Amino acid sequence: MTRIKREIYEKEISACSLFGAMNRNKERFTGEGVISAIANMHVRGNGLGGGFAIYGLYPKYKDCYAFHIMFERRNKDAKKETDAFLSMNFDLVYDEEIPHGDAKVVNPPLVWRYFVIPKKRREEENFSDDDYVVQKVMHINTKIEDAYVFSSGKDMGVFKGVGYPEDVAEYFFLDKYKGYIWTAHGRFPTNTQGWWGGAHPFSILDWTVVHNGEISSYGTNRRYLEMHGYYCTLHTDAEVMTYAVDLLMRRQHLPMSLVARIFAPPFWELIDRMDENERKLLTELRMVYAPMLINGPFAVIIAHHDEMIGLTDRIRLRPLIAGVRGEMFYLSLEEAAIRLLSQKLDKVWTPNGGEPVIVRINR
Amino acid sequence: MEIDASKLTQKELNDAIMDCMHSGVKKIILRNVYGQRYIGTRLYSPNNKVEIEIFGTPGNNLGAFLDGHRIIVHGNAQDGVGNTMDDGVIIVDGRAGDVVAMSMRGGKIFIRDSVGYRAALHMKEYLSKRPVLVIGGTVQDFFGEYMAGGIVILLRLNLGNTLHEANFIGTGMHGGVIYIRGEVERHHLGKEVGVSKLDEKDEDILKRYVGEFAHYFGMDKKDIIKEDFTKLLPVLKRPYGRIYTY
Amino acid sequence: MKSYLLPEFIIERNEERCIRCRVCERQCAFGVHYYDEELDKMFSDEEKCVSCQRCVVFCPTNALVVRPNPSQYKLNYSWNREKISDLIKQAETGGVILTGSGNDKPYRIYFDHLVLNASQVTNPSIDPLREPMELRTFLGCKPDALALKINSETEFIPNVMIETPIIFSALSYGAISYQAFNSLAIAASKYGTLFNTGEGGLPKELRKKYGRNAIVQCASGRFGVDPEYLNCAAVVEIKIGQGAKPGIGGHLPGEKVSYSIAATRMIPEGTDAISPAPQHDIYSIEDLSTLIYTLKEATNYEKPISVKIAAVHNSAAIASGMVRAGADIIALDGLRGGTGAAPKIIRDNVGIPIELAIASVDKRLREEGIRNRCSILAAGGIRCSADVVKAIALGADAVYIGTAALVAMGCTLCQKCYTGKCNWGICTQDPYLAKRINPEIASRRLLNLLRAWSLEIKEMIGGMGINAIESLRGNRDHLRGVGLHEWELDVLGVKGAGE
Repeated sequence: MTRIKREIYEKEISACSLFGAMNRNKERFTGEGVISAIANMHVRGNGLGGGFAIYGLYPKYKDCYAFHIMFERRNKDAKKETDAFLSMNFDLVYDEEIPHGDAKVVNPPLVWRYFVIPKKRREEENFSDDDYVVQKVMHINTKIEDAYVFSSGKDMGVFKGVGYPEDVAEYFFLDKYKGYIWTAHGRFPTNTQGWWGGAHPFSILDWTVVHNGEISSYGTNRRYLEMHGYYCTLHTDAEVMTYAVDLLMRRQHLPMSLVARIFAPPFWELIDRMDENERKLLTELRMVYAPMLINGPFAVIIAHHDEMIGLTDRIRLRPLIAGVRGEMFYLSLEEAAIRLLSQKLDKVWTPNGGEPVIVRINR
Repeated sequence: MEIDASKLTQKELNDAIMDCMHSGVKKIILRNVYGQRYIGTRLYSPNNKVEIEIFGTPGNNLGAFLDGHRIIVHGNAQDGVGNTMDDGVIIVDGRAGDVVAMSMRGGKIFIRDSVGYRAALHMKEYLSKRPVLVIGGTVQDFFGEYMAGGIVILLRLNLGNTLHEANFIGTGMHGGVIYIRGEVERHHLGKEVGVSKLDEKDEDILKRYVGEFAHYFGMDKKDIIKEDFTKLLPVLKRPYGRIYTY
Repeated sequence: MKSYLLPEFIIERNEERCIRCRVCERQCAFGVHYYDEELDKMFSDEEKCVSCQRCVVFCPTNALVVRPNPSQYKLNYSWNREKISDLIKQAETGGVILTGSGNDKPYRIYFDHLVLNASQVTNPSIDPLREPMELRTFLGCKPDALALKINSETEFIPNVMIETPIIFSALSYGAISYQAFNSLAIAASKYGTLFNTGEGGLPKELRKKYGRNAIVQCASGRFGVDPEYLNCAAVVEIKIGQGAKPGIGGHLPGEKVSYSIAATRMIPEGTDAISPAPQHDIYSIEDLSTLIYTLKEATNYEKPISVKIAAVHNSAAIASGMVRAGADIIALDGLRGGTGAAPKIIRDNVGIPIELAIASVDKRLREEGIRNRCSILAAGGIRCSADVVKAIALGADAVYIGTAALVAMGCTLCQKCYTGKCNWGICTQDPYLAKRINPEIASRRLLNLLRAWSLEIKEMIGGMGINAIESLRGNRDHLRGVGLHEWELDVLGVKGAGE
């Protein structure tokens, strides 16, 4: 029998700044404010990664899946291979290079956007469109060298790169785009050259995650996700979070309120004091999803269409602050960044550890 | 002396404040502060003491290691207010974030509204240096964790009749005293603290510091004081003495 | 409860030599020896003996021998005597077993598997007795390039100079006696190197005289940290972790917090001085950056800021983050680092050997092009000058010595530091015991140690044809491994001997 080589991977440890803004009437707004807010937390990053997720981005193509795909070192072969793969599996509605300037970013790859509609073969008809897309995205990420999908949801997109978030914004002219949810991230990785794909937000379909902290349960979480077909190739905490959200919310249809309880469950001492129904539910959640407890410090902003969620670990080792002004809702690591956008706030508070702040569209 | 902080980085702002202090200015007003950190930290100067008035939202570690100066914030403060503060006064006319007064060893901090997690963490005292923290609103978990000295007063003025939600109050506490206006349920407390009766000395302390608090924020001291307070003291000076052997 | 423990040591007294002078009795704080007047004879209570050898050294007639008790359980490599004894102790008390000093388990000591090079024929070795040999070292961040035209953008980068790459590591007043603490300060200032206050503060009366040779710690307990303390020092060190007890805090028991320790730590007499496991304002890398810059602010950007961590699995990535967070010095404390008190189970099982940590951190920082932005201090198990040379060749800038300095003052590694009964007057606050250390004499012993090691370092590097210590730093070509596995050579970045 051949000896299996011991697995040596190097986990990426990083911390960072987070910001999220949402208009609950679904009115779209430009990115200037969000860009200046994340730039205000400049010192929380170190210039090795920044990124943005925008919802309500492509109303013109809102029924198509919008793929943002990067090609490392502007690799032409990777682009060709990807184009071929996409046209085999999708109807291509429109595609173009994402316009960019020449701001101070490091080694920019080629970043292309495609608007596509799934073209399923007979044996694939059982798949939902979403599952089909996830499968194809995983193929591009793992099988085509130098190609990596930033985002793959409808009417949304992720822009990210190596540099400070304000530089990435300038590079992609983000002040020109409009959306009704914006999340933003400035990164502080402890290792070197960021790779453009490694910046946040992480995304699958229209789910995006921006994350701060270092998960001490990473090994446990990762190996659990592997059992469910997610391969954490980037060795970052945010990747684990993104797949976990996809698994629990999209595939297993759990509501965010419960997912928050899985990631950041109450202590047994507290559970023991709850009334019977709640105690039973939480005991079962902790038993069934023990490997999905996200231990160690984290703060995340998770978004998908119509919803933005903020969550911290159960003993709130990372900060998170929420603010409301009229229809605008903000999440940030620091209050000053919110105040920069909106000097007056109707309400501002720091949510309890493990208690999600869930913001939904007004119906 | 007025400084417009809107275009200044954290370092430039603190440079300017230090220059002011060394040139003999006694009162410095900062406008348009958005997240600049460490305000007041660099002002180590045994002979100069200044007053800094801040309009806006100062950044983390406001007044860390503060050396006897006075800081007034018109607005909210972020995390780490008065971290390891040595002496002086910080008044926040608003709320503050996590770890307020961590390891504070002297001086006074007054926060009008609520604060985040781990307020008064490992606060300590020595002889005449007895730090004071008064919080007008409420707190989140781990309030008074590892507390080793000092006086902390929690007024819960914004809670109405509802009880505290914070858990693990005073966990690991082994010195100092916490006064909480109204009652606290036992399961909200860490196992290292006990509830005691207030005596005259306590009443004096409350009158004095609640009075000072009310004065700063234009409130009526009597209204606040008339309610009953719960006093929390550590059960043991040595909470962890008995877990070790040999 | 009758204790089932076997006495650890056996005391043999040669009755013919013993003159009943009772020196042994007076020297032992553990109360082992006693005199029976009726029989005119000395007796010993062996259960209490810790084998510190104080009585043996001070017996005027050499009448005493203290050695391990030869009684044995049935031989068993898995359930050895230590495992059984610890188990008995816990069954009888239900507590966490404490211990002192460094890990004593037979983990591989890589220093003992590395050999040094010497010049033969192709280049000349240098004779250190006659030619200049430079050990002067600067600690702190170095700029990427020298900005010849100094403009306002150029940040002033403070560095601290030491005359030999050996620094006394963190030994706090409280863990050790005032006399021992003072001896370290005197020796450091006389030799032109540094001592580290640990987290017990720096007594006010020592600040003016020895502050400029002090690395003052700002640890999780923040004991004795005031603006003057920070500003009187040469370096401020943020202590995140310690090699003997990575990931856990510590505490000085209340009975050791005497009047003067209370004054230095600025806490009431008799209360526990608890150091929480984490620094509660640091829960992530960017929080570390916040504290680093808070300390830079508090010291007007005039001092290098060091960050000390225990060497653990991800040290390289962590160190890289620390440098990016603004640390000017990175102190790594390895698996064999000492302590005044730690749970034995932690001391003996957590962390990685310092040699591997130095190599991987140095390599990582070079790969990322930021090695110049910090100095690396290596600590934890540096026993002799050859270890210093090997540590520097692996990539350290200088080393911290703790245990070696204590041994120079008299410590015999009995590992009972946490009892406060140190018969050598080092790890105690009992005035009767502490006065056994005379700072004038103890500092001379420490100075001798620094001098001797520095001379030996010069001999060794001279032999390699190197006359300035900076040419040794990270110079792994001068190292070869003996008896190491391939992966170990890879991590260390050295060739096997003969390759």
